[in-house]
Amino acid sequence: MPVISRGFTGRGRRDVALPPGQYLTEDFPVLSAGPTPRVDTGTWQFSIVTEAGQRHDWSWDRLMALPAESVTVDLHCVTKWSKLHTPWRGVALDTLIEDVESAADYAFIRSYGGYTTNLPLADLLDGQAWIAYEYDGEPLHPEHGGPARLLVPHLYLWKSAKWVRGIELSHEDNPGFWETAGYHNYGDPWQEQRYYGD
Amino acid sequence: MAGTAVLRRLSWQVGTVAESRPETATAVTLALDLPEWTTHLAGQHVDVRLTAPDGYSTQRSYSIASAPSPGRVEITVQRVEDGEVSPYLVDVARPGDELELRGPIGGYFVWRAADPEPVLLVAGGSGIVPLMAMARTRAAAGSRTPMRLIYSVRGPEDAIYADELRRRVRDDHGLDVSYAYTRRAPDGWNGVAGRVDAARLGAGGWPADLAPRIFVCGPTGFVETVADLLVDAGHDPGRIRTERFGPTGG
Repeated sequence: MPVISRGFTGRGRRDVALPPGQYLTEDFPVLSAGPTPRVDTGTWQFSIVTEAGQRHDWSWDRLMALPAESVTVDLHCVTKWSKLHTPWRGVALDTLIEDVESAADYAFIRSYGGYTTNLPLADLLDGQAWIAYEYDGEPLHPEHGGPARLLVPHLYLWKSAKWVRGIELSHEDNPGFWETAGYHNYGDPWQEQRYYGD
Repeated sequence: MAGTAVLRRLSWQVGTVAESRPETATAVTLALDLPEWTTHLAGQHVDVRLTAPDGYSTQRSYSIASAPSPGRVEITVQRVEDGEVSPYLVDVARPGDELELRGPIGGYFVWRAADPEPVLLVAGGSGIVPLMAMARTRAAAGSRTPMRLIYSVRGPEDAIYADELRRRVRDDHGLDVSYAYTRRAPDGWNGVAGRVDAARLGAGGWPADLAPRIFVCGPTGFVETVADLLVDAGHDPGRIRTERFGPTGG
């Protein structure tokens, strides 16, 4: 039985279906563990390296030349805020991975600035993930991960690595930055998988 | 980079408010009795869950203000005017009330008394809370690690823990505190009002070649500005740890 907090009525919306423990916000908070890296699109590079060591690289121009998608998705941050109907533009991981030969089960994401995160490769496919470079019709601001970030909206937002620079495919699941610091390895907001053991 | 957290399941605990202590006109410290609480690291936070009689519940994160102490945790809460949880914790919660809590959470924005490097803490507003836990933990451990705090507040009346910080500067060897008053400096203060800038970080901080550990906590804009200034001053971005909170901290 939950403990009822005396005198607490709660003003939060009861009519919006949010994952458990989340509250609705209209603005766009920023959560990062360190300074915001400044990444120039002139030198920006994105790579996918397979479990066999095969490397596929994209320059900014190559990324821009790929077919892009506009998507509107809900964001759920482990720090409790949710933001609904956010408009992004980017390249689907399906498009990037089309010519990559791999039988790997896991993806390890690396970012400029040293951030890392991990997730099953299956969660990056089938229209579930993008390399996003526009937000609300504007180039993605560095505070929010620009020039390009991973967008995996069905998992808590820390999986949507800002300043993304590469994906390593592997047969092994190697925990990333927050995953080794006590956060959940998978991070499904609807299962409230915030922390280790949830 | 992290990898040092002890991984164990975090269960909800029932905490009882032992004390509600005003810090400023808009912030209180809640001391919570938590029989199952063992310890935490300075800089970690807790999740607080409030449940209404109709079953509606909501959660927020709050930094721990206190040094480790079995069975007891203190959080300091700044009232957010249109917030849902903070006005309750500041204005309504009183000794004897129960709320649910779990933690400690976060294995990166933490300082350990055994860390030998000099420390720079830069706080904006209620961003002082986890940094105060570091200053308190340092004292509790009898550490002599040089620690400097630069604390940005609008005016002197907004400074949380002002009396305790004054006392600690006197008693805790190797702890220095300097203020940046962004709107109104106190009478007789030897300086001008203004935001934290490169000059203030230089005067109140450490040169980059000493490779200090740096912790910056405050509103997003403040943290972005300070972190950029520190990088520009030559500090290794990998040594600058940040904690940002938005206006919807609730």
